[in-house]
Amino acid sequence: MAAPVNPAAPTARAGRTVAFVEGVRTPFGKAGDKGIYANTRADDLVVKVIRELLRRHPELPPERVDDVAIAATTQTGDQGLTIGRTAALLAGLPKTVPGFAIDRMCAGAMTAVTTTAGGIAFGAYDVVIAGGVEHMGRHPMGEGVDPNPRFVADKLVDESALVMGQTAENLHDRFPGITRQRTDAYAARSQERFATAVKEGNIGPDLVPVAIRTELGWDLATQDEPPRPGTTVEQLAGLKTPFRPHGRVTAGNAAGLNDGATGALLADEDTARELGLPVGMRLVGYAFAGVDPEVMGVGPVPATEKALARAGLSISDIGLFEINEAFAVQVLAFLDHFGIPEDDERVNPWGGAIACGHPLASSGVRLMTQLSRQFAQRPEVRYGMTTMCIGIGMGGTVIWENPAWEGHK
Amino acid sequence: MISAAEAKDAFPDEVVTHATTRLVSVPGLDKPVALITIDNGHDHNRPSTFGPQSLVSLNAALDEAFAAEPAAIAVTGKPFVFAVGADLSGVEQIARRDLAVQIAQTGHDVFRRLTESAIPTFAFVNGAAMGGGLELALSCHYRTLADNVAAIALPEVFLGLFPGWGGTQLLPNLVGPDAAVTVIIENALNQNKMLKPAQALELGITDELFGSADFLEQSLAWLVRVVRGEHTPARPEIDRGSGWDAAIGRAKAVVEGKTKGASPGANKAVELLELARNADLDTGYAAETEALADVLMTDTLRAGLYSFNLVNKRAKRPAGAPDRSLARKVGKVGIVGAGLMASQLALLFVRRLKVPVVLTDIDQDRIDQGVSSVHDEVGKLLSKGRISPDEANRLKALVTGSLDKADFADADFVIEAVFEELGVKRQVFAEVEQHVSAEAVLATNTSSLSVTQMAAGLRHPERVVGFHFFNPVAVLPLLEIVRGERTDDTTLATAFAVGKQLRKSCVLVKDAPAFVVNRLLTRFLGEVLATVDEGTPFDVADSALDPLGLPMSPMTLLQLVGPPVALHVAETMHEAFPDRFGVSDNLRRFVEAGKNAVWTWDEQGNQRLDPEVAELWRQDDRPSTAEQVRERALSALAEEVRIMLDEGVVAEAQDIDLCLILGAGWPFWLGGITPYLDRSGVSEKVNGKPFLAPGVASVPSA
Repeated sequence: MAAPVNPAAPTARAGRTVAFVEGVRTPFGKAGDKGIYANTRADDLVVKVIRELLRRHPELPPERVDDVAIAATTQTGDQGLTIGRTAALLAGLPKTVPGFAIDRMCAGAMTAVTTTAGGIAFGAYDVVIAGGVEHMGRHPMGEGVDPNPRFVADKLVDESALVMGQTAENLHDRFPGITRQRTDAYAARSQERFATAVKEGNIGPDLVPVAIRTELGWDLATQDEPPRPGTTVEQLAGLKTPFRPHGRVTAGNAAGLNDGATGALLADEDTARELGLPVGMRLVGYAFAGVDPEVMGVGPVPATEKALARAGLSISDIGLFEINEAFAVQVLAFLDHFGIPEDDERVNPWGGAIACGHPLASSGVRLMTQLSRQFAQRPEVRYGMTTMCIGIGMGGTVIWENPAWEGHK
Repeated sequence: MISAAEAKDAFPDEVVTHATTRLVSVPGLDKPVALITIDNGHDHNRPSTFGPQSLVSLNAALDEAFAAEPAAIAVTGKPFVFAVGADLSGVEQIARRDLAVQIAQTGHDVFRRLTESAIPTFAFVNGAAMGGGLELALSCHYRTLADNVAAIALPEVFLGLFPGWGGTQLLPNLVGPDAAVTVIIENALNQNKMLKPAQALELGITDELFGSADFLEQSLAWLVRVVRGEHTPARPEIDRGSGWDAAIGRAKAVVEGKTKGASPGANKAVELLELARNADLDTGYAAETEALADVLMTDTLRAGLYSFNLVNKRAKRPAGAPDRSLARKVGKVGIVGAGLMASQLALLFVRRLKVPVVLTDIDQDRIDQGVSSVHDEVGKLLSKGRISPDEANRLKALVTGSLDKADFADADFVIEAVFEELGVKRQVFAEVEQHVSAEAVLATNTSSLSVTQMAAGLRHPERVVGFHFFNPVAVLPLLEIVRGERTDDTTLATAFAVGKQLRKSCVLVKDAPAFVVNRLLTRFLGEVLATVDEGTPFDVADSALDPLGLPMSPMTLLQLVGPPVALHVAETMHEAFPDRFGVSDNLRRFVEAGKNAVWTWDEQGNQRLDPEVAELWRQDDRPSTAEQVRERALSALAEEVRIMLDEGVVAEAQDIDLCLILGAGWPFWLGGITPYLDRSGVSEKVNGKPFLAPGVASVPSA
């Protein structure tokens, strides 16, 4: 039976503007038995984040949330069971609000944002929650993986491609100009910038406190556990290189193994105005790109070139960069490629993952949250970028516009 | 304060609830919060309780907290549990009054530090809070409560005690006397009714409710606002005049109605609530301590604890039940009979087992009526919101009727609820046996007939078992499971498994006339009726047992059971034991006259003997005093229980008591009945020995 013809049926959709309303995150913890989240479930971390977003925005009726996209790299146990849906239920969102799980390794939360943003632009959603979680203490990277033997047999990728530290060493091989001294210096600067940002009250607003169980009873996690303020290049120079004898990558010039969750509210800009939701950033464009998995750290370069080209912008239009610091070498490879000085104030002005940690699939939204707060402080900046390298050889870049930009004046 | 060593000596087996203090920095406060976690190290299946060592631990945690000079002190529990009060197994062991005083005093001393603290104190009630646990929370200046807490109560009066760690003094002064009476007395005596979190908020027991998902985080954020003076929790004005009078009046009425004054704990609770009107904490706590020591040293209270253990422990592990792994799965149930009882059974089975239930009877009309009455009941559950529309559809679809017993062919469990006559029941089972498999269990809901005789002549008598429910089936928790002479273990295990699924407390009973509850009630009622026949005025006989605080008087019981049923059971028992069970001719005339009750009530509620009953009841001229009636009824009970134990009707006296508590609603303070018969000397006089060893349901010897 043929469907009745609706003369008013739309045949195409015009895109809508996607607003990043606000992002929050749990304090990040060190993975392992002694970490702050040793006795905390991953899904509970997501629940705290979702509830904080709703609490901060009472102007948003919870039933107006059209979807909940939560990323996790290892989707099993307390990170399994379609975590976007289960976390939404556990957070007390109405049962009418759907949810899903998403995975793009380290760029999980970033992909949760871009995917749902696509849905907003298309008109399928008005408001979404997008975020990510990784409890690397409960789910070490590579837990339960079963790589196809053809990867090695057919020489598709080198075995080192699955060990992120080895891919970072490979990146040093590709760019001999990036030395251990440079990466250590970069790492020390990240620690210093992060410590300053904490002191100046720039990090606190992102955080939702989490009650944690310890041997001495309940405690409250209110700050990140990984940072080592006061770290010097001399101290860093003495660290071991676990991935290669006489290598360059150390625990000091890389992000650690961490636990944490992030989440953000995104909305169609008109809907945001209708509901009274603030607009922290406007989405300009995004791109993902693949590279050799053995040197996944170079991924942000082609992803950024692609995103800029699609947006009709050039690198010089970008006034603020939030680049994920999985490894210092990968940040330097990016900066060298685009000719940006390694101590440029536009790049990670509040430090990065080397200091505060990188709970894999959660990090993308941390970058965005920080960029949106920097936007609010920097009305002279029009465009900013969040970018990250992604395991198995990818990069992702999202370009944002600052709604506080005063350039027209 | 007692020392750690003294505490350990007082109760060496205590499962200690450890209190640990952690200084927590909270955004918004310059100084840390001393957060005390109380946790016994077990999961929620073994909730945290307080014994002497636990109190010493909490005291040490408070030392540490105060020493840190924090911005605030807060107490919270392990996941799902705040604390559920005093460790009762420790209370049972107390053999000396000075130790009873010590336990009361120690609780006061420790909890009071939170009340009298100059630093603001908070209880974050994250989970079950009962008795002393709730009193700990009440001792703090402020309280928050998680919105998923299932158990909030002061159940002490239910046990025969009263809240003795500050509850009687703190609660009325926090929430007002009327709400305190509701919680401490009315709810406790109403089958230990729990408060829902929203009710606790409405009554003012908690200042705030927070979602369980981030309860502690929100509680700490709220604490910051209170400490910084940004929020002051509202507290009601307490009416210490006529409002307090009215509340105490209500308390007395409830206690009189529910206990007839037979429970010392309830009486003390009323006195202490009255005292709380004007007493300062020193006076109030001293009175609580003295009263607690008094009550703890009574056998009445020990009977309450014994009863509590029967209901909560013994009922869950029925004595003599075979290994549960022997039980067969029940995937379909057949019910023979479609009358009132059969419909009640069908509803219960379908709700709990969620398997097809087929009703059968002798004609289609009855079957249709039976099925439609079950469907109506399901509809009522739906309209009350107890089940969802989907669930209602499911249950209705599962209940069907059939004239043809062949529809029982694939049933695993068939229960009959037909006319109470052996021949009829034997015929029913013989018919059913032609259709069902050799393993299907055949259960009878007989209240007095022999299960063994009912099975005789069947091809498979080993699959017949008694399954005796109490009316109303949905309400009364007892199920007497009767083992016939040939009943095998698999059948019995299946019966226990089904009983458990039906959420009944099962007691294994030998195939003896009228089993346990009906036999004892019949004997008891028979003696009282006999005194009336002999010339005792109705009102004297009917109020003779009031001092026991039974749920209803003998004549009211007769009315509830239904005189024809009572007469039928009395006749059955007379046949079996003519020496001990008489049948009153007056009762026969009463039934023949179609009378239902001996009492009538006028518009003012005054009780009067129904003139028609006065007319038909022929009395001799040998009246007894109330005292004599009571002694005779109790002696008869003591004799009958002894005989039943000697006959092996049940495993132990404990099972008799459990049956009376759950099947007849006999009160905790009697311990069912044997603790009362022991402590009142009746057992000794009638049988020459008590039923229970000293200390089982009485104060142990020091």
